[in-house]
Amino acid sequence: MDLEFSPKEQEFRQEVRSWLEANVPATPLPSMDTEEGFRLHQEWEKKLFDARWAVVSWPKAYGGREAGLTEWLIFEEEYYRAGAPGRVSQNGIFLFAPTVFEFGSQEQQDRYLPKMASGEEIWVQGWSEPEAGSDLANVRSRADRDDERGGWVLNGQKIWSSRGTYGHRLFGLFRTDPESKRHHGLTYFMVDLASAGVTVRPIPQLDGEPGFAEVFLDDVFVPDADVLGGPGEGWKIMIATTGSERGLNLRSPGRFLAPADRLLALYQERGNGDQVLRDAAVQAWMDAEAYRLFTFGTVTKLLDGGQIGADSSINKVFWSQMDVELHATALKLLGGYGELDEGSPDAVDGARWLDGFLFALGGPIYAGTNEIQRNTIAERILGLPRAK
Amino acid sequence: MRLAYTEDQQLFRETVRDFLEGACTTDKLREAWAADTAITGRWTELAKIGVTGLVVPEEQDGLGLTDEEFAAVLESAGYAALPEPLLESAVAAGLLAEFAPGAGRLERIASGEATAAVLLPGQPFAIEAAQADVLVVGTTDNGVSEIHVLNPADCTLTAQRSVDRSRKLYKVEFAASPETLVASGDAAAKALARAADRGALGAAALLLGLTKRMLDMAVDYAKQRVQRGVLIGTHQSVQHHLANVLIKLEFARPVVMRAAYSLARDLPSAARDVSMAKIYAGEAADLAARNALQVHGAIGYTEEHDLQLFMKRAWALGAAWGDAGHHRDRVAADLLGGAPAQLTPTF
Repeated sequence: MDLEFSPKEQEFRQEVRSWLEANVPATPLPSMDTEEGFRLHQEWEKKLFDARWAVVSWPKAYGGREAGLTEWLIFEEEYYRAGAPGRVSQNGIFLFAPTVFEFGSQEQQDRYLPKMASGEEIWVQGWSEPEAGSDLANVRSRADRDDERGGWVLNGQKIWSSRGTYGHRLFGLFRTDPESKRHHGLTYFMVDLASAGVTVRPIPQLDGEPGFAEVFLDDVFVPDADVLGGPGEGWKIMIATTGSERGLNLRSPGRFLAPADRLLALYQERGNGDQVLRDAAVQAWMDAEAYRLFTFGTVTKLLDGGQIGADSSINKVFWSQMDVELHATALKLLGGYGELDEGSPDAVDGARWLDGFLFALGGPIYAGTNEIQRNTIAERILGLPRAK
Repeated sequence: MRLAYTEDQQLFRETVRDFLEGACTTDKLREAWAADTAITGRWTELAKIGVTGLVVPEEQDGLGLTDEEFAAVLESAGYAALPEPLLESAVAAGLLAEFAPGAGRLERIASGEATAAVLLPGQPFAIEAAQADVLVVGTTDNGVSEIHVLNPADCTLTAQRSVDRSRKLYKVEFAASPETLVASGDAAAKALARAADRGALGAAALLLGLTKRMLDMAVDYAKQRVQRGVLIGTHQSVQHHLANVLIKLEFARPVVMRAAYSLARDLPSAARDVSMAKIYAGEAADLAARNALQVHGAIGYTEEHDLQLFMKRAWALGAAWGDAGHHRDRVAADLLGGAPAQLTPTF
């Protein structure tokens, strides 16, 4: 074992830290799910991109630094330690981009990746439908062939599309073979949300802001150039994306280490020696640390040529529960101030703990509910027979 | 950065696991339950593959390895619920190596001829004290620490009976004298603290192995037990009980590995890291025991079923070497006692 960072990695950390100290906005930006906040977050992404910090693990040609996994973890630790803004482009750069790199043509990569990295185009998820939530294979939205125009005509409805309200392009699955069932006959499309026939209905989340949306598609034309991979290959390609979502990319340890440190500080300010809250705060800190160590183990495995696979389900259940507990503990420490939202003059720290709590509550649901994850763990790792 | 046991360490762990699969069957465990001592010829066999002398210095015929190898091997011992006092002997050996390396005691541990027993401050009982070649006792009175090396024959030993009957516990009354004293003051306090950390790390590693064993048993059972015409393992309620155990286990393992790493290097965070390891492994084993029992149903509630051999060891080890409350206090004191702790490293 070697749990030290190399001199080169420490140098990298110092470089990240210095840049962030000089550039992170002194006051937090408004929620990225408001019109103004969305724009300001896009501007922040551009600033990151211009300094080549937006997509550190990407190739240099697309604005990255070709950072390895360890450096990526370091970047994330520093990013959240500095209190930098949330990543409005995250569904693109973390979830979708790995798929574009693996399955996209050179032309598609050149056309989409630079604008994705700079925050100019924000990508929106198009997975769920009213009848296809955790049961994603039940997708009904369809795409019909249009040979004349050289493309497809899309009809249907997507829901819970994160960043859908203000975002620009959607990636998702559509049924191209009307005879097909379940995960067969699905194709992976990239849809310009400015196209004729697209209607976006914002859906306010628990925090009151429209963080996701319902997207209606009525005879929306999509050219062949915006099909990822071949017709019928959608499921295989989608699995690659959700793999990165549950695996490393979506929730780096840095995202929990920073609030865990802040939670201890909050306890020291307001804990009043309460033993129950002390144990809860310490547990949250230890869980963040355990998550970091677990991730080190995963990175080691990947560097040795291993795969994440179904292990990502173990990971997802853990971080989503940890995030809820961490923020619930903070609210208890705030006592009567915990319920104040950012509109209150006496809200503590701009009500960030309440905001974080409301955000965390989605964790056990999105990216495959934790119940689905436990089924996956039971069947694919423990080898139990398929649930009836 | 690399969080994984080396190939050599993994090989050592697998070798011990393979050996114990044959040498420490559940039938043999039941023999240990019935006997006055759990120490058998298996101890000598373990010595041949270096296990008994793992942390004994090379000068005394041991392997002179670190807490990393110690933790890796104890995971396998836990999986088999090895009844010999491997953990306790190693803790005693560490103290002997520092303060009383002579008289051939360490050599006899390494060769498998003998075991050593240990009683640290705060511990009520010593395991296999009557059988031991030597008994190492630590005391702390009015803030003054001492370490004594005793002949068990000179002590009054009162046998107790553990819920896990392979743990042969003794209450120890002894007469400390200048002749038995080998260390005192700060040196003794420091060594006793380190010995307690090694014990807690070892217990955490044993608990990892026990967790895996109980999970394996419950998974196997869920795959073959049919009720109402279906395998019980097809029920999501059963699946989720077992998935929850695996999640606990998979997150406890890197925590235990990091504690081994820190203790092997005597890093400033070692005590906190060890406490975290004991908490996480203890919780994993506790959940494994409860859920494995639930999945087995009534058959798991019997003495005739082997599950109890592992559950009872897990319960005993959960409280031994500092229970969760003790270790939570240590972590909290470290994190909240002084300046606010930072998870993100500073340099």
